[in-house]
Amino acid sequence: MGPEVDTPGTPAAPAAGGERTAAARTAAPARPSRVSALLRTREASIIGALVASVLAASLLVDGFASGRNAGFLVLDIAAIALIALPMTLVIITGEIDLSVASTLGLTSAVMGQLWVMGLPLETIVPLCVLLGAVLGALNGILVTVVGLPSLAVTIGTLAMYRGLAYVVLGDRAVADFPFSWTGGATSRLPGTDIPWIALLIAVLAVVFGLVLHATPVGRSLYAIGANDEATRFSGISVRWTKLWLFVVSGTVAAGAGIFWTLQYGSARADNAFGLELSVVAAVLLGGVSIFGGRGALPGVLAGVLLLGTIRNALRLADVSSDVLNIVTGLLLVISVVLPNTLARLSERRARPAPPS
Amino acid sequence: MEEHGGGSPRAGRRIRQVRELGILLALVLLVAATTLTDPGFLSAQSVQDLLLGATLLTILAVGQSMVLITRNVDLSVGSVMGLSAFATGTLFVSFPGLPTPAVMLGGVLVGTVCGVVNGVLVAAARVPALVVTLGTLYMFRGIDYWWAAGRQINAADMPDGFLGLARVTLLGVPLPALIAVAVVLAAGWYLRSYRSGRELYAVGSEPAAARLVGIPVDRRVFAPFVVNGSLAGLAGVLYAARFGTLDATVGTGLELEVVAAAVVGGVAIFGGSGTVYGAALGALLLSTIDAALPMLQVDSFWQQAVVGLLILVSIGLDRLLALRTARRLRGGGSRGA
Repeated sequence: MGPEVDTPGTPAAPAAGGERTAAARTAAPARPSRVSALLRTREASIIGALVASVLAASLLVDGFASGRNAGFLVLDIAAIALIALPMTLVIITGEIDLSVASTLGLTSAVMGQLWVMGLPLETIVPLCVLLGAVLGALNGILVTVVGLPSLAVTIGTLAMYRGLAYVVLGDRAVADFPFSWTGGATSRLPGTDIPWIALLIAVLAVVFGLVLHATPVGRSLYAIGANDEATRFSGISVRWTKLWLFVVSGTVAAGAGIFWTLQYGSARADNAFGLELSVVAAVLLGGVSIFGGRGALPGVLAGVLLLGTIRNALRLADVSSDVLNIVTGLLLVISVVLPNTLARLSERRARPAPPS
Repeated sequence: MEEHGGGSPRAGRRIRQVRELGILLALVLLVAATTLTDPGFLSAQSVQDLLLGATLLTILAVGQSMVLITRNVDLSVGSVMGLSAFATGTLFVSFPGLPTPAVMLGGVLVGTVCGVVNGVLVAAARVPALVVTLGTLYMFRGIDYWWAAGRQINAADMPDGFLGLARVTLLGVPLPALIAVAVVLAAGWYLRSYRSGRELYAVGSEPAAARLVGIPVDRRVFAPFVVNGSLAGLAGVLYAARFGTLDATVGTGLELEVVAAAVVGGVAIFGGSGTVYGAALGALLLSTIDAALPMLQVDSFWQQAVVGLLILVSIGLDRLLALRTARRLRGGGSRGA
């Protein structure tokens, strides 16, 4: 585990903003004190689970606790970590963007096609970033201007963007990118095992974290997720906010696509197929509510790292990757079922016992 | 989409009929255009292939629709179908003496158990279905991989009688397609004629209100998951019969196509409206596009892009119709957004 990724994950202070809104939102039917107490532990518990799994893996798995391995771990989760940042903000406003992995794939395909056509990468990369912004804007316009549900819109664009990726590149693979770029993508910071992408993720995490937890914009995201009608009446432009979030989400997904293509040295239409579910899983595991209005970035980073750690450790321990699917699923289910069930139990206990 | 969930029943029905007619029209146009380009498209053989191809998606879309109507979603169907298919094959391999119907029942039961797991987690723990079924998507798939452990089951491992099921036809219609039609009709009849079926719409339109009027909401949420699991199990069994080659990847990524079929067919993703007939038409349309594109000389790489566009158009259409209805009902120009 590179220390650089831990830093944005550990400070618990900014989480408080999210929790307040969360408690106000979810506690209504139950007794506020106990539920809010439970909710306050959500991010804490996921960070705890992360620390425990890192410790366990270091003790039990040979080769886990090395800088070299931490570097691989970071590279492995880089795309998920990047996309999870804007996804967190999107889900907190009560929307979702399922098209991210397809945006990544389309970006990769366009990148490959442009390279085949002879454009220099210096030109291709900004074009691809722009493409991501446009794809995100299309999602955003359909959601905010046309007023369609984002779940349905982004299932549609998930299929459409992936389809366009195949239209652009077919089932070809473009792999002759210059080593200065592909090697550069996975290169380490001088004198360390830390891949430079970890630094980028850390910087972006701090930026997204500050925006979410320390600015009026961030507070408005929670408000929108809790009740967007009321937020609109309070003078916040819900539409513009959401539109921008989708643009950011598309742009970051395109950035992840560029990185993915260079990291694996291969532009393919099916790159990152199905990755959207891993991203959503990591975000929800990190304690963000799918209904919006609650969640915090440190929890999400812990969620991403937890999944990465488990995957990495199981692979090193020669446990088949099939088990990873089961563990991922179980973690996700437990992380939503457990707090809910506990809250309901404590609610029932708080009531006068029914005659039985 | 809330608008026509709670709107007047007549307006809601008209929207659904307009919608279903629209898909039917699109389907007819597509088939006509394709037949003009390539008369072979309507040959008995290719129609049979088309129907067989649409069978699995239709069955899955019917189950998914029932779940969607209650304002839930089941993302685990692809994994459930894969698990059931592999279970069916494994039963044949492990117990060669077992009669085929018993094995088929076993495959369906595996799906039912998965559905019960989803249903209990969603209904009893009252947690969002999207998260739960995203979790079980991974779990069931993981169990499938772990169980299969790289093995593959081939047609040679299964009796000819079972594999022949896909080739049995009645008046030119393959047996699996008839099963799909029966599933559609049964589900449509149940949703229309049974009180508990109607209550699924009430639950999806306004869960809190449904609870207040005394509808057992948790049970109404639970049952569609079980039905959907069983239908995914049935689809798994039919998959095994049709393709004969089974490994742990069967049905991967299918969940979104299934949701797409239902959404294209006019089932609102936020509950309370839609019919299984629409969903079945949606499934048929998607399958027909799949079959028609190559014949129309369109690069098959376009298929997925077209499907995506279709989803966007159909939810846009939903929105348009809902707005128009809402405006007419209110007699004014107020907007739903």
